[in-house]
Amino acid sequence: MIYRESGQFITSYQADHRIFKLYQQRWAFYALLGFAFVIVPFIGNDYWFSAILIPFLVLSLAGLGLNLLTGYAGQISLGSAAFMAVGAFAAYNFQVRIEGSPLLVGFVFGGVAAAIVGVIFGLPSLRIKGFYLLVSTLAAQFFVTWVLTQFGWFSNYNASGVISAPSLLILGHDFSSPAGRYLLTLGVVTVLAFFARNIVRSELGRHWMAVRDMDTAAAVIGIPILKTKLLAFAISSFLLGIAGALWAFTYLGTVEPHGFDLSRSFQILFIIIIGGMGSILGNFLGAAFIVLLPILLSNLSANFLAGVVDPGQLENLQKIIFGALIIFFLIKEPNGLARLWQLFRERARIWPLRF
Amino acid sequence: MLSIIKKPSALIGALTLGLSLLSGTVQAANEQYFPLQSYRVGPYAAGGTGFFGGFIDYLQYVNLKEGGVNGVKFTWSECETEYVVEKGVECYERLKKGLNGAPAAATNPLSVGIAYATLDRSATDKLPLITINHGRTDSTDGSVFPYVFPLQLNPYSEVSAIINYIGDKSGGLDKLKGKKIVTLFHGSPYGKETNPILELLAKKYGFQVTLIEVPHPGNEQQSQWLNIRRIKPDWVILRGWGVMNPVALKTAQKTGFPADHIIGNIWSNSEEDAAPAGAAAKGFISITTHPSGTNFPVLQDIDKTVLKAGKGNLQDSKRFGTVYYNLGVVNGILNVEAVRVAQAKFGKRPLTGEEVRWGFENIKLDDARLKQLGAYGLVQPLKLSCSDHEGGGAVRFQQWDGKQWKVISDWVQADRKLLRPIIEESSHKYAKEKGITPRDCSKES
Repeated sequence: MIYRESGQFITSYQADHRIFKLYQQRWAFYALLGFAFVIVPFIGNDYWFSAILIPFLVLSLAGLGLNLLTGYAGQISLGSAAFMAVGAFAAYNFQVRIEGSPLLVGFVFGGVAAAIVGVIFGLPSLRIKGFYLLVSTLAAQFFVTWVLTQFGWFSNYNASGVISAPSLLILGHDFSSPAGRYLLTLGVVTVLAFFARNIVRSELGRHWMAVRDMDTAAAVIGIPILKTKLLAFAISSFLLGIAGALWAFTYLGTVEPHGFDLSRSFQILFIIIIGGMGSILGNFLGAAFIVLLPILLSNLSANFLAGVVDPGQLENLQKIIFGALIIFFLIKEPNGLARLWQLFRERARIWPLRF
Repeated sequence: MLSIIKKPSALIGALTLGLSLLSGTVQAANEQYFPLQSYRVGPYAAGGTGFFGGFIDYLQYVNLKEGGVNGVKFTWSECETEYVVEKGVECYERLKKGLNGAPAAATNPLSVGIAYATLDRSATDKLPLITINHGRTDSTDGSVFPYVFPLQLNPYSEVSAIINYIGDKSGGLDKLKGKKIVTLFHGSPYGKETNPILELLAKKYGFQVTLIEVPHPGNEQQSQWLNIRRIKPDWVILRGWGVMNPVALKTAQKTGFPADHIIGNIWSNSEEDAAPAGAAAKGFISITTHPSGTNFPVLQDIDKTVLKAGKGNLQDSKRFGTVYYNLGVVNGILNVEAVRVAQAKFGKRPLTGEEVRWGFENIKLDDARLKQLGAYGLVQPLKLSCSDHEGGGAVRFQQWDGKQWKVISDWVQADRKLLRPIIEESSHKYAKEKGITPRDCSKES
């Protein structure tokens, strides 16, 4: 009842092209954006910005990058963290080596560098599929980390190979405070999510889905496989590269190559599996699950069980609960949290009736 | 059943406490808080449980024995990091505000990665960041890094002291000429940090240095040691981490290199590094900033007041007096001393991080004070200042006799005069990159 489309007719092509076709959806979305951009900076505190919201947004963006590649174009990859590392180090070098270069251009440069590396490691996808492709993207994971540690040039000859982010100035405005870093991250993620949403609705997005569903059939109906697959790698790595730059610049403020190791790639893969493959919203839900739930569990146990249960055991208990929840969700809904949300919406449409 | 719940009565206590907190009856306590970013699970749990066990036991000891410092009791809470940077940052942000009104004194993450990630935050939040025996070398320059303290020993001093010791053994630093030294280092930022200094020292003293990398985690070192056998070095410096250390010792034995010419650095110096190698470790030398063992009055006293009373933090009481545990105690002594020094200036009350920082910069531990603390021989004489956040820069050498470490040298000093210009060059570069204006230390009181 509360969520009905009755009386809303699409009368123009422009209206048909909207992302959110129902006005309830539109207003809810605007309200959410308004809340995130205007209200949250006033009510949030350092802990919420630096420890929860920023990593949540950055990992959502990383999930989005991988989801384009895996969820939409059907190419499995375990090199996500490597592309993030390329983005972070490229953005850093751009900032350090070109005096007075604008920060956002640095981010874009990081994304482009990651896209180039992504295309190179995406080349094998033209010949191999599935698990075999997974293994070849795994090579990116090890190769990139090795290069970044081996050659001092990438970290500006810092003795320990760690980069530290320069000050976050955009048009003379300083974004270094926790709220500022949050707003910067939120802005970048919003723009890129909009960009990604529109790509998957475009011709390219439909090509991706055709290749995902059956690439032989896609080739037969005239879809250029080479271009489609490599563009998937490029655009996915572009988003991952910017996520990496954000991770280094707005979240940690410093990063070493081993910060982007294999476990980070797995984390991103879990985000899209739990959130939902082939969904934009799913990345945000998945990232929220992966980032927020452990923090929530840890906070709960620190507040109510500290001093009673041995701290080491407590940590293991949290892991057990977290793992059990993942299994529960995947059994309950193998298509991810995004699908649960969709089912909920369908139920809400006809509520209070059942059918 | 339910062996993880130590005390059922404590559970009820915690629940009532939680309820009373909810009902809002919080009173500002006369307490000083230590946020502990500890790690008790994961690959480095051995180090974490020992270090934080020692640290907590010392704080507990000061509380029980003297009722805190001048009546201000210590309080702490833990947040598990698993040595993972993001978790460490989350813990830092969660705990930095203090606990129930008790202000935070300093953070002690005992992790290079977490220290790097919270470096800028500590300056913004005015909360000292203690990286005892490790950390970023150039943070020794307190004029650029006012809130970071690589207490006792930074990585450069570590190498310099080892070379001085080798010189001593060869009969003078001038005898180093023509000697061959191999450094076997862990393939990580930590492992590489000292390579430029080794090359510099090699040039200065005329010895030959070969740097050989062991990729992480280092459980296969056959080719590296065959290479070493070919070079036939006089000494091997082992700059290892975790599993790499016992494997190095075992492989050295297989290739016939004598263990008593291998010198382990500060992360290759614990019981957990030598014991797994079994007989191959016998004779292995390593540096330490604090001897292991329980013969120091302060440790005896901790044993009596804390451990015997059943309030110790260690799960396995056999680890009392081991290298990591004693490092925790040393860290506790230094933190508490900083609070004490700061209280003498600012008054006998819980202090802010900024005030505790002043305390750290004015720590002065001479032999008399160390004897008073019962830590003579355990802690080196230490004098910090605005520009010098390291203080000591001395190590002792110890040798593994197959069962435990035996101290075999007095304090060996690093050549800090030689290192200082390099540290300053690096810190000034950092200041320029970050747009920091260094403090003028001549104006600090």
